[in-house]
Amino acid sequence: MKHLYLKNVSTLSLDEEKCTGCGLCTSVCPHSVFEIRSSKAVILDKDACIECGACAKNCAFSAIRVVSGVGCAFAILNGLLRGSAPTCD
Amino acid sequence: MRLLSEHKPYWVTDLADTAIGKVPRVGSLLEAADRLGTLKVRLDIGRNSYSVPAGLYALGQPDEKAHVLVTANYKLTFDTLRQALPGVNCWLLVLNTKGVNVWCAAGKGTFGTEELLYRLKFTRLDQVVSHRALILPQLGAPGISAHEVAKQTGFKVIYGPVRATDVKAFLASGLKATKEMRRVRFDFVDRAAVTPIELVHTFRPQGLILATLFVLNLLGRQPQLWSAAFTNTMLNFLPFLGAFTIGCVLVPLLLPWIPFRSFVLKGLSTGLIWAAYVVMNLPLFGMAPSPVTAVALMLLLPAISAFLALNFTGSTTYTSFSGVKKEVRLGLKPILFSGALGIILMLVGKAIQVMT
Ligand code: SF4
Ligand code: SF4
Repeated sequence: MKHLYLKNVSTLSLDEEKCTGCGLCTSVCPHSVFEIRSSKAVILDKDACIECGACAKNCAFSAIRVVSGVGCAFAILNGLLRGSAPTCD
Repeated sequence: MRLLSEHKPYWVTDLADTAIGKVPRVGSLLEAADRLGTLKVRLDIGRNSYSVPAGLYALGQPDEKAHVLVTANYKLTFDTLRQALPGVNCWLLVLNTKGVNVWCAAGKGTFGTEELLYRLKFTRLDQVVSHRALILPQLGAPGISAHEVAKQTGFKVIYGPVRATDVKAFLASGLKATKEMRRVRFDFVDRAAVTPIELVHTFRPQGLILATLFVLNLLGRQPQLWSAAFTNTMLNFLPFLGAFTIGCVLVPLLLPWIPFRSFVLKGLSTGLIWAAYVVMNLPLFGMAPSPVTAVALMLLLPAISAFLALNFTGSTTYTSFSGVKKEVRLGLKPILFSGALGIILMLVGKAIQVMT
């Protein structure tokens, strides 16, 4: 069964102008968010994006933007308590 | 990297000769000691210091044309990978991720471009192999910039499958990953594997609740017998044990079947059902029926379940950073408020009971 998480929260965005359709984003995304259609990447399911940052980091043409971080309440609480960025240790 | 034979770890079989000297060789068969190590970290014993030295290893009998697989130096990761490659001869380039698995290390950046560049240079891999390709686990991608690695070293980064068990098929198919190999899953078995640790991590607050309940039981109307106080404490604790189990085990296991996308709501709704059952059967749990206790439990038990369910987001593979931030922002205060109010009412209920 497919898991569904909160809608309309992901910060993912794609600049089609810059995209060359190289397809690396489809290889690194663990949730099949992208697909290549007529030599351009398209975002199939933005709500499935977990903001891991793999696509943006590996797009050689800087066509993808996403504010990445870990989806872990413990890390976020930890960050809140220490007044720092989210951290798991 | 050179290892002196007297310092040779038990899992290194011998040394392989390469253009740059000796490289430790490992096999794909795990020994009893490896398995014991795996069991221990699964049970959270010495989990933070289970690593292998970073560097280059030979798996089997690789030559200069053999594939190079990059991995993390968490020994469980290293063992899982080599165990999945029986009969394969390749090089294993182990990055220093400080004993952390690939996914978490990639998130932190320790499984990252910088470390990979450093490790490539340090191991002089370019002299060991004649080709210029590295196979990385897909889950390491958040830490690595493939084009950056290519630019700096000439090595092409190829992302392999998510799971080690698919690597052999990936190699056999000429480095083609199927869609299935690329997708992270979170099946019932995966979830069942992480729940025991969730519960173990709550032993401390559970102990605290037990101790508090015991003290409250000693403050009974008449001087209570120790044994009676003890029995009653155990009964009183059951509603709490239930709330912890819901948050740490039940919600994770039933995850996709519990309505709501939010983890707070998943925990809260399931906790409310349990709290309602408890409140309707207070004598069963060694508590005198009273409206104050009932309200207290209705506030406290779902708050515990909701908090623990929220905490489980860290163990899932599909929760986004922004999503969890939103849950924390909207959910945390109500949970804490409800929990605190519940505790106060519990104590008030007890006080009323003692005085009347
Ligand atoms: S990695 Fe970048 S350039 Fe390549 S297909 Fe994806 S968005 Fe387009
Ligand atoms: S951030 Fe991660 S999950 Fe989101 S689209 Fe990119 S690779 Fe996929």
